[in-house]
Amino acid sequence: MSTVLLGMPGLPPASPRGTGNLRGDEAFPDAARSALGNAQLRRNIAHATTTIRGKRAAVVGELPHWEQLREAGRQLKSHTMAHLDEYLVQLEAAVTARGGVVHWARDAAEANRIVTELVRATGSDEVVKVKSMATQEIGLNEHLEAEGIAAVETDLAELIVQLGHDKPSHILVPAIHRNRTEIREIFLREMGDAPADLTDEPSALAAAARRHLRRKFLSARVAVSGANFAVAETGTLSVVESEGNGRMCLTLPQTLITVMGIEKVVPRVQDLEVFLQLLPRSSTGERMNPYTSMWTGVTPGDGPQEFHLVLLDNGRTRVLADEHGRDALNCIRCSACLNVCPVYERTGGHAYGSVYPGPIGAVLSPQLTGVEDNASLPYASSLCGACYDACPVKIDIPSMLVHLRAEHVEEHRRQSRTPAVESVVMRTLSWVMGHPRRWTAAARMGRLGRLLRGRRGTIGALPGPVVGGWTSARDLPAPPTQTFRDWWRGQEDQK
Amino acid sequence: MRIALFITCLADAMFPDVGRATTTLLRRLGHEVVFDADQVCCGQMHVNTGYQAEALPMVERFADLYAEADLVVAPSGSCVGSVRHQHPLVADRFGSRSLQRQTRKAAEHTYELSELLVDVLGVTDVGAHFPHRVTYHPTCHSLRMLRVGDKPLQLLRAVDAIDLVELPGADQCCGFGGTFAVKNADTSTAMLVDKMRAVLDTGAEFCTAGDSSCLMHIGGGLSRARAGARTIHLAQILASTAEDPFQPDVAPGSVTADAPVVAAPRRSGGVA
Repeated sequence: MSTVLLGMPGLPPASPRGTGNLRGDEAFPDAARSALGNAQLRRNIAHATTTIRGKRAAVVGELPHWEQLREAGRQLKSHTMAHLDEYLVQLEAAVTARGGVVHWARDAAEANRIVTELVRATGSDEVVKVKSMATQEIGLNEHLEAEGIAAVETDLAELIVQLGHDKPSHILVPAIHRNRTEIREIFLREMGDAPADLTDEPSALAAAARRHLRRKFLSARVAVSGANFAVAETGTLSVVESEGNGRMCLTLPQTLITVMGIEKVVPRVQDLEVFLQLLPRSSTGERMNPYTSMWTGVTPGDGPQEFHLVLLDNGRTRVLADEHGRDALNCIRCSACLNVCPVYERTGGHAYGSVYPGPIGAVLSPQLTGVEDNASLPYASSLCGACYDACPVKIDIPSMLVHLRAEHVEEHRRQSRTPAVESVVMRTLSWVMGHPRRWTAAARMGRLGRLLRGRRGTIGALPGPVVGGWTSARDLPAPPTQTFRDWWRGQEDQK
Repeated sequence: MRIALFITCLADAMFPDVGRATTTLLRRLGHEVVFDADQVCCGQMHVNTGYQAEALPMVERFADLYAEADLVVAPSGSCVGSVRHQHPLVADRFGSRSLQRQTRKAAEHTYELSELLVDVLGVTDVGAHFPHRVTYHPTCHSLRMLRVGDKPLQLLRAVDAIDLVELPGADQCCGFGGTFAVKNADTSTAMLVDKMRAVLDTGAEFCTAGDSSCLMHIGGGLSRARAGARTIHLAQILASTAEDPFQPDVAPGSVTADAPVVAAPRRSGGVA
């Protein structure tokens, strides 16, 4: 018998560059700077997140067993991720047995190609879409457009974003950054069939969108959706939504194509009991979402007669390989962490660059792309911990941010010959602070800072990257004449 | 009781008044305070910025000094949070088996000031007198990492003559976040402004908290804006009595700067 050396398994691939919408054009601090100056954006997002925070707190507070429910959600997800290979194969078998066709997509490019070919095969050049994070992640709409296929978003907020040639800024409320006057202008300019006397009343805007979309629903032969859950034991897919547009897409067209991240699988139908309580309360602050659609394969004579499920990896297996980061895959996309995040509340979603904004985006995007492609995101947090408290599946986002910061520092060190300035400073500080005598001397030297104090006894604006960043908005106290340890020695000596 | 004071690097170098107040308070309550001059920093800044290996010397030193101590107190929620949550992490990645044990042992008896007073020493009325309007900001790490709950408020409510007013949106982060304050200075400032507005809306003279770092941030903003309110550490309020009241040594509106309360004699030679 001979042995063959296969080599050590390497890390699974990250989501490849040049595909999808996981990478921004600017680093977070720069993108945030422009967003912070946008008064309309600041007001809209502060208003929306404050309102939804209140609603969430109310419906969560009325459940006496909320903490147990969260723990159940966490355990179900962790168990599923630990056996993901088995559950995915089980899901494939169940979907196939019920007349669906399962496709495996390694990354965004492969998923886009599969969907394009499936649409082509139907002979249609238009698809209606259910709001879906996975298809945004892979940039499906842009890809289909380049291939001559029009993808029509049917969720109201997604429609506003699409017609405005804009990007979503919130997982749940993608047009959170727009106000109704802007929406009216977008509809009049881009919709084609908006009434000329359209006002900016919310009901009028919704009615215009409804008329526009009804025509699309009735003519479309192909729908593309994402999935909130897929049940391995039965092959049942599920989408939860508020507007009913999803139900239309999932039932009217002849062909349904669902693109789903591989982490969306749950083992049993019974598990939905937990998630269908956690999700709406965390997401929209409702006890129950208005529409929960479930479908299993194909039912002759009822609904789509052709069903395709595209299982998307796009870096997820890589995330799963990292024991300190894999819990990011447990996310059920409720966006509770966005709504409680003080950073997101001020910068909005675009500053994060990726389709996944806010705290969960700051840990998920860098893991899907490899940390160096989103290196500023793990630092886009004050580590206040509000996200961890709000998460319905208890993802410890602050610890994960700290872990990814270390990964970035260590990765940068491996890749770069010259150390970063920050790295030199941190090493020096470690040398100083690791030893009492050096620290005592350094702390005493701080007294020299007293020379910088102004008439009010504090230090005002100074140049320089670190001190300048601090003193741009805050005074720095003048260092004291005596450190604590010197005072302590003095009073000990007096004894 | 014999209580070891871990002063934290920031209070040591910038806010010695906080250490003096902690010492005064614990002695007044009849406890012995010891200070080991071999202590340095907890290493939180390094860990939070991504330099975990560089935090190792500080983690080792803390474990060396305090694994066998009876009781350790630090006047900082976030430094105690680091001792409890980050030291084992760093030890697990870079340290020996023995360090892994030592860090956990040290963490077991290391407390933030309000935890020490309420949970361990069992006091809420510490005999303090502070005739000022005060609002309390419950810093994120005390609130969500240590879960100190309303312990600081229990202590403040028992202070004689204090006019304690509730801070609207108290659980919102002030925007400090360590190196976040300089890496994301604009976002940090936007958060700071909202916190300052909340503080000023209360009409308080003082915003207090259990963390000098957040107070340096909020106080620095108030000072820059000439807002007329200032920051003060919880320990300083609790140390203040009718006989020996807290005396602001600088003009209102400025952050804490300090002339020594007790003048130390000059001496030659290095620190032993």
